Amino acid sequence: MAEMLSLSDAIAELVSDGDSVALEGFTHLIPFAAGHEIIRQGRQDLELIRMTPDLLYDQMIGMGIARRLVFSYGGNPGVGGLHRFRDAIEHDWPRAVEIEEHSHAGMANRYAAGAADMPCAVMRGYVGTDLMSHTTVAPITCPFTGERLVAVPALRPDVAIVHAQEADREGNVQLWGIPGVQKEAVLASQRSLVTVERIVDELEPRPGGIVIPAWVISVVAEAPGGSRPSYSLDITDRDNDFYRFWDKMSRDRDQFTEWMNENVLGLATR
Amino acid sequence: MSVTTREVTAGETQTIVAARRLRDTKTVFIGVGRPSTAAILARMVINPDLILVYESGTIGAKPFHIPLSIGDGELAQTADSVVTVPEMFNYWIGPGRIDVAFLGAAQIDKHANLNSTVIGEYEHPKTRLPGAGGAPEIAASCGEVIVIAPHAKRTFVEKLDFVTTVGHGDGPGSRERLGFRGRGPTAVITDLGVLEPDPATCELMLTEIHPGGEVDKVREETGWELKVAEDLKTTDPPTDEELSALRELLDR
Repeated sequence: MAEMLSLSDAIAELVSDGDSVALEGFTHLIPFAAGHEIIRQGRQDLELIRMTPDLLYDQMIGMGIARRLVFSYGGNPGVGGLHRFRDAIEHDWPRAVEIEEHSHAGMANRYAAGAADMPCAVMRGYVGTDLMSHTTVAPITCPFTGERLVAVPALRPDVAIVHAQEADREGNVQLWGIPGVQKEAVLASQRSLVTVERIVDELEPRPGGIVIPAWVISVVAEAPGGSRPSYSLDITDRDNDFYRFWDKMSRDRDQFTEWMNENVLGLATR
Repeated sequence: MSVTTREVTAGETQTIVAARRLRDTKTVFIGVGRPSTAAILARMVINPDLILVYESGTIGAKPFHIPLSIGDGELAQTADSVVTVPEMFNYWIGPGRIDVAFLGAAQIDKHANLNSTVIGEYEHPKTRLPGAGGAPEIAASCGEVIVIAPHAKRTFVEKLDFVTTVGHGDGPGSRERLGFRGRGPTAVITDLGVLEPDPATCELMLTEIHPGGEVDKVREETGWELKVAEDLKTTDPPTDEELSALRELLDR
């Protein structure tokens, strides 16, 4: 059964300096509260894995806690670029970040391979692009048909962190709406944390709901509003204005640092 | 009475032209921004049965508002089916179930290959762009690709700084050699006109110019020696219905 802990105890127990950490959530259910707690606890030298770094990894990269980034789309969805991500890659500020980038299909298959405990996934993709020579993929031939395909290595993060709408008191988790790769990330990782909007006596089945059983989750922590400014369908709304605000504010290093000091470091665990 | 071109912005024409391309389309794959606006507009006035598929896993989404992100709540709430990212790519995009994909890019070359990764050298980029996202596999497998981009010399370049997504490779036969299922880019819709690949060479040529535009201006904004189709057409101006629907949609 999953351990039920406070968010700060959960991060203290699960995330260590140097770990590879995947905070997933595809636009929806992004675990901001957990990411902010990692920043507050001063974790360093992390390998951050995430299909769409989004504002959360922009914040973590800008605070200098990432040594490496594995991703497939580093943009502010619908708004533009991620300025802290850009600054780190273009100017090594506040530190150099090594990158490994893939396509979405590649990342999704890498997580699925990790969840299946396979060494790699086989897919059609990458061929003809310059990504092929800048990332970890390899050509492979189908032994049955002779078709040329590519293999991508499985992702096996030390820790996966995802956010969901609900858990019951045993730590069984249900999420609904856009499911992203959260289940795959949890199953692919050595340890996992699920933060939830609320803890309920009984999970009520939802259309399209995905239930992750407690016995494959290390820790569940209650974190109401924990996906803001992303959202948790039916509970909180996506704060599109914040995504626009971030585009303007985060261009400037000092403004960014000040904002993080005030709104993340200066706050108690939410 | 038709709306005069003077009252219509180039961006409005671009969106409406993109929407018209979906007249006979069953399923369209869309990102955010102008492609999303065009597809929602197409459902409103051109093809009410059009099935909208977003990368976030929402199949058959029927948004009333233009979403800011591909994962806005309204997309999931109105979708026929909501699937995971691995399922989206492995069961829906990869097998070629989607007819048309709208894509954008920071750079496009004359064979409609796309760059959305870096400007400058990969190791030390002048500008780091967001990266591939779903584009390489979408462009390989969807039935056809329509690129939507602003027409500017820095976008329409002789040589890409990075090939993120293959359009027609280095010309005829490229896609077949790479084992791609889809037909690749069939049109590039800009704020100045429409470029389509010459069937013999796969090289993009100007086939349509928006009302009031000049061919010289399009050539000036293209980074290679742009060929112009012999039967160059002028885009039909947006109708009152198209224009008022678009403006109403943007006001929602």
